[in-house]
Amino acid sequence: MSTATETSATVTLPKVRIDYLPVLLVPILMLLALPLVGSFSTWVTLTVAALAMGMMIFLMASGLTLVFGLMDVLNFGHGVFISFGAYVSLIALGPLAGWVESTNLWLNVGALLACILVAMLVTGALGYAFERVVIRPVYGQHLKQILITMGGMIVAEQMIHVIWGASPIPLRLPEGLRGAIVIGDAAMEKYRVIAVVLGLLVFGAMHLVLNRTKIGLLIRAGVENPEMVEALGYKIRRLFVGVFIVGSALAGLGGVLWAFYRQTLTAGMGMEVNVLIFIVIIIGGLGSVGGCFIGAILVALVANYTGFLAPKLALGSSILLMVVILLWRPQGLYPVAKR
Amino acid sequence: MLHSILSGDYPRSRPLAIVLALVLVCLAFAPFLFPGSQPLNVAAKICVFVILVASYDLLLGYTGIVSFAHTMFYGIGGYGVAIAMYNFSPTWPALGIGIVVALVLAILLALLIGLFSLRVRAIFFAMITLAVASAFAILASQLNEITGGEDGRSYRIPEMLRPAFRLFDEPVLGVMINGRILTYYLIFLSALILFLLALRMVNSPFGRVLQAIRENDFRAEALGYRVVVYRSIANCLSAGMATLAGVLMALWLRYTGPDTTLSFAIMIDILLMVVIGGMGTLYGAVLGATIFILAQNYLQVLMGKFSGMLEGAGIPLLPNLFHADRWLLWLGILFVLSVYFFPVGIVGKLRQMRK
Repeated sequence: MSTATETSATVTLPKVRIDYLPVLLVPILMLLALPLVGSFSTWVTLTVAALAMGMMIFLMASGLTLVFGLMDVLNFGHGVFISFGAYVSLIALGPLAGWVESTNLWLNVGALLACILVAMLVTGALGYAFERVVIRPVYGQHLKQILITMGGMIVAEQMIHVIWGASPIPLRLPEGLRGAIVIGDAAMEKYRVIAVVLGLLVFGAMHLVLNRTKIGLLIRAGVENPEMVEALGYKIRRLFVGVFIVGSALAGLGGVLWAFYRQTLTAGMGMEVNVLIFIVIIIGGLGSVGGCFIGAILVALVANYTGFLAPKLALGSSILLMVVILLWRPQGLYPVAKR
Repeated sequence: MLHSILSGDYPRSRPLAIVLALVLVCLAFAPFLFPGSQPLNVAAKICVFVILVASYDLLLGYTGIVSFAHTMFYGIGGYGVAIAMYNFSPTWPALGIGIVVALVLAILLALLIGLFSLRVRAIFFAMITLAVASAFAILASQLNEITGGEDGRSYRIPEMLRPAFRLFDEPVLGVMINGRILTYYLIFLSALILFLLALRMVNSPFGRVLQAIRENDFRAEALGYRVVVYRSIANCLSAGMATLAGVLMALWLRYTGPDTTLSFAIMIDILLMVVIGGMGTLYGAVLGATIFILAQNYLQVLMGKFSGMLEGAGIPLLPNLFHADRWLLWLGILFVLSVYFFPVGIVGKLRQMRK
C-alpha cells in the first residue's frame, strides 16, 4: 500500500510541451529589422514604441479573445469599451486637474492610475450590463451575435456623442510624463515606457491568474471544453460573466492608455482599433491569451518597422502579416482545441 | 406576365404590396411628383441603395454569411467610374471600360477573399472581410495619384447625362427633361432591372441551395452541394451587384471619395437597412432602404425641431438625445430591437399579420 503511493508520487506527469516557435518570431523579427533600419538608436526608438503599442493592443484584445474562447461569443462591439474607458477618464481628470499639472512625478502617475481605476470600474460595470442586455439572449447564434453587438456598438457610440458631445476632445498627458528619455542617441518617450511596464504587469498578472489559480484553471478548461467543465459541476455561465466583466475592464484600461497616447478623444476611436484587435486575435489563435500577446507585439513591430521603411505599406502591413501567419498556421499561432 | 417578372415571388401581404407599389410609383415618377433637386437626390439614393442592400441581402439573408467588405465593392464601382472619367475622357466607351474593369476586379477580389476565408466559420469570414475592407479604404486614401486620396475625384460624365443637356426643347408635364433627369432614369431603370434579376436569382434552384446552406450547411453538404462553391458564387454575384450600385452612385454624384463609398459608416447603414427591412426577403431591401434614407434626410429635421422644443421647456439631457445628429441612435435602437423581436424585419411582420 505504502509502496503504491510512493511510486505514484514519484511518477511525474508528462510535461506539457511548450511551443516556443511563435515566441522566437519576436526576437527574430527585431533582429531582422536591425540591418534594414540601419541606425541602432533609431531601431531602439522604433522597437520601444512598437512594444508600447503592442502592449496597448494586447490589453484591448485580451478580453475579446478570452470571451470568444470561453463562450464562443464574438463581440463586435468590443471597441465601445475602449472608447468608453477613454471618455470616462475625463471624469477622473476633472477633479484631479491639479495632479495632472503638478510637476511631481508621483502625482502625475497617481492621476493616470486614478483615470485607469475609474475607467476600469465603469467599463466593467458597462460590460456587465452589455452581457446582460445585449449578449445573453443570443448565445449560440453567431449571425445574431454579430448583428446585435454591432447594434450595441452603434447605440453606445451615439450615447457617447449624447453625453460628451460629438467633437473630438483633446487630452493632455500629465506634466511629468511628457517628453522622452534619451540614452545615448536613442530617444524613448516616457509615456511609452510606462505603457510597456503597465502592459507587462497586466500580462504577468493574467498569466499568474490563468496558470496558478483555480479560477484560471477553470477558465482554461472552459476554453478547451465548456461542456465538460459544466458537467463537473461548475457554473460556466457565472465564470463567463466574470471573464466578460474583466475583459471589458481591460479594454477600458487599454482605452485610457490609447487615448493618452493619441491625446485626443473621439467616439469612433474604439471602432478604429477594433480592426487591429481582430487581426491580432486571429493571428494569435482565437481564444489564446499567449497567442494574443505575441500577436499584438508582432503586429505593432511590423507596423512600426514598415512605417519607417516604407510608409505607404505601413497600414496594410498588419493584413499582410496576418495572411503570412495564416498560411503558416491556419488556426493562428496557438490554436485552441477544436476552434 | 407578372408572375414571370417577379419570378413567382409575390409580396404575399396586401399592405406590403400596396407599400411596394407606392414606392415604385413614387420612384418612377419622382421628377414629376416631387420637383426640385433635393427630392430627386433622395429618390436616386433610394434606387442605388435598394440595389446595394439587396445585394447584401443575398449574402446575409439568403446565404447566411456576414461580410463587412460590401462597401469595398461599392467603392470599387465608384472608383472605376471616377478613374475612367477623370483620367480618360467623359465618354460612353470610357465609362464602359471603367465599369468592366471595376466588375472584373471586384469579382476576382470577392473570389479571392471567399476562397481564403469562406471554408471556415462565418465569424472568421466576418473578421477577415472587416480587415480587408479597412485595408482597402486606407489604400484608396493613400494612392493619391490614382484615387485623389482623401479629397476624392470630381469628374465630368458623358454629355447626355449633364444638367445642361436638354432632350426636348419643350418641358414635358411642366418639367424640363435635362441630363439630370435622364441620369435619374438611367439609375432607376438599372436598379429595377438589377432588382428583378436578383429576385430571379434567389427564386432559382441556385437560390434555394443558398437558403439550404443558410439553414444547415452541414446537411446541404451531405446532400451533395459543395457549400464552399455556392457560397463563393453568392459572394461574387453580390460583389458584382454592389459594384454596379457603386457605378450608379458615381454617375449620380459625379464625385467619388472615401467618405461617400468606402467608409465604415455606410457599411453600418447597409446593415441597418437590411435588418430593419427584413433579412432574407429582397422586398425588405426596398423597404429598409426607403425608410432609412427618408429618415436620414427628413427625420433629422423633425428631431431638430423636437429637440429645440425640449430645450425650450428647459429639460436637461433630453434635448441631446433628440439632437438632429442623433438620428442614428434611434435607428440603432430600432436595429437592436428588430434583431431581438422581429428578426424577419418589417416585411416578415407584414406577412405574419395576414395569417
